[in-house]
Amino acid sequence: MSAAAVPEAVARPLMTLSGVSQVFDTKAGPIRAVDHANLSVNPGEVLCLVGESGSGKTTAARMAAGLTRPSGGEVKYDGTDIWSLNKKDFSTFRRSVQYVHQDPYASLNPTRTIQQTLTAPLLKHGVVKGAKAAADRAAELLTKVDLTPPENYLPKYPHQLSGGQRQRVAVARALTLDPKLIIADESTSMLDVSIRISVLAMLGRLRDELGVGFLFITHDLAIAKYFGWRGKTAVMYLGRIVEFGPTPKIINAPTHPYTRALIEAIPEPDPDLTRTKSAGSLRSLEIPSLANLPSGCAFHPRCGRFEPGLCDGEVPELVGVRAGQSAACHVVARDGAEEPER
Amino acid sequence: MTTTSAGAARAVRGGAGKPLLSIRDFKVEYRTGAGAVVQAVRGVDLDLYPGESLALVGESGCGKTTFGLGLLRLLPRLGHASGKVIFNRGDGTEIDVLGLDGRDLRKFRWRDAAMVFQGAMNAFNPVLKIRGHMHDTMRAHTKATKQEIEERAAELLRLVRLEPERVMDSYPHELSGGMRQRVLIAMSLLLEPEVLILDEPTTALDILTQRSVVDVLHEVRERLGFSMIFISHDLSLAAELADRVATMYAGRIIETGGVRDLFYRPRHPYTLGLIKAVPPIVGDLPDLESIPGGPPSLAALPAGCSFHPRCKFATEECQEAEPPLIPITDEPGDGHEVACIHSGDVHLDRSAS
Repeated sequence: MSAAAVPEAVARPLMTLSGVSQVFDTKAGPIRAVDHANLSVNPGEVLCLVGESGSGKTTAARMAAGLTRPSGGEVKYDGTDIWSLNKKDFSTFRRSVQYVHQDPYASLNPTRTIQQTLTAPLLKHGVVKGAKAAADRAAELLTKVDLTPPENYLPKYPHQLSGGQRQRVAVARALTLDPKLIIADESTSMLDVSIRISVLAMLGRLRDELGVGFLFITHDLAIAKYFGWRGKTAVMYLGRIVEFGPTPKIINAPTHPYTRALIEAIPEPDPDLTRTKSAGSLRSLEIPSLANLPSGCAFHPRCGRFEPGLCDGEVPELVGVRAGQSAACHVVARDGAEEPER
Repeated sequence: MTTTSAGAARAVRGGAGKPLLSIRDFKVEYRTGAGAVVQAVRGVDLDLYPGESLALVGESGCGKTTFGLGLLRLLPRLGHASGKVIFNRGDGTEIDVLGLDGRDLRKFRWRDAAMVFQGAMNAFNPVLKIRGHMHDTMRAHTKATKQEIEERAAELLRLVRLEPERVMDSYPHELSGGMRQRVLIAMSLLLEPEVLILDEPTTALDILTQRSVVDVLHEVRERLGFSMIFISHDLSLAAELADRVATMYAGRIIETGGVRDLFYRPRHPYTLGLIKAVPPIVGDLPDLESIPGGPPSLAALPAGCSFHPRCKFATEECQEAEPPLIPITDEPGDGHEVACIHSGDVHLDRSAS
């Protein structure tokens, strides 16, 4: 809690992506999966990256994790460009940033017991010495992710666990090397609603107790809201960040027409409320191809506030619209942010 | 919006008319490798009225999809459905669905009841254009001419907001996920079925695409007035699309009622738990709760109420017998039924969230 009280200027970002782009060469020509994205995560803070499929969320996350090298821009960890690090420091960086994947059925080795899965990195990286100490540490990690008593889980294979339990094991494995940042890529989207909340609550506790920062990637704004309420949210559309700000602002007072459309479209678990929702303000339902992006603002063919001449010329920059909140929209930049209706 | 005769039928609901589909003691069993039998659906009683939209909700592994497949007799060979499923054709004839075979069964499928499957890509033949799918389906069931098929297909594609000129000549892989799902909905309506069963029709779709499919469903149902059984683990979607909701747990329906009854006044701890686990998008940070544990294995159900190991209302009495689904008498209106001996203690406090 006290970390949140530290003014932003004082907190030094743990991870910064400055002007990063990722271009893939395909038969259809170069594809800009991520285009000049700026993001930063402070220690112990949550940054949610929200967008539809193909918006570049995972590509951005992979660059942040050092899994792919950006085509342009810099990925900095603790103030240093990770691609300028020597081998030893790069390996330290890799240990500090851990990735939790979407599908725990695929990300855990089916031929290893949970104990083997958890002790392998502990022994390999010399975090603990000896099999006994490793087993104890593995048990401790399982307790941290609420798999108790650990003895019940250590000898099991992934197929003997439920989806929620498997995802907890994946989180425990990410914790083996005491990371400073966890990149969670749609980590709860395969879980049943009933289980999702408890996994999110567990992750939230890790953030508070261990001070781990999160880059939390999801297509579900309601989940971003729940997990990232005290953090920030960036909304991506076709490779660009179109809106950024504190999560409560993004959810309750979005300014970019795309964010607004998303919020308007999400069904609610409330029959009366949800029937007032619609995709009415959108002009088109089809998402343009990344290989053939519309000119100017990539959202203009679908946008309800499209103005010819203004929106289809230049690509809009992400500019401040309210305290701490910025949007990449020509109309919002000109007219200012409308105050929310609710 | 034009009011059709089917639109008028929509008003008949909640027991006033004759049910379109009447399901009694419906069971589905799977034979497993070891020669054992597992009951995936354990005695479901349900009526579907003309024009009604019924949502079946629950976690994965509760028997929702098996129920849907069983109704259309689409179970794999190791599955066996029993009980009584009566379909009332508009002309007054009653059809015993589980007794159908051969030609009669083919006639029942698509014409009387059609299904929209989860995962639109797998439901298509990848080497056949959409036109081919439309023609195959129509030719297998009617004597329509090429011209008639073209017209009917184009009409339905326009109804789901697609351009027939573009879509008919496309292969499934050339369409986006949302377009494929809408094509499937259009196809399922080719023979004007009375009942449409949709299995997770918008899972795996993006938010805006999901919204467009939901809006299309609203619109098409308004126009054509068919009845719908809608299988989903997504409660928000059920809240949006259903007139009536049935919660399924471990192969049984444990609560059923009007959509408002169920969402505002759930009386089964499981329904309450599901609702409290869904994060809403409107408002401040809600107080959410998860349901501990997971659904039981159908091969080894707990004694008594199968939900009791996860239930915070459970007492010793809950382990004695499986509670029957009975109407709630202490609230106005009808049709709200619950299978819980502690239903009187179950209340949803929305103001707290």
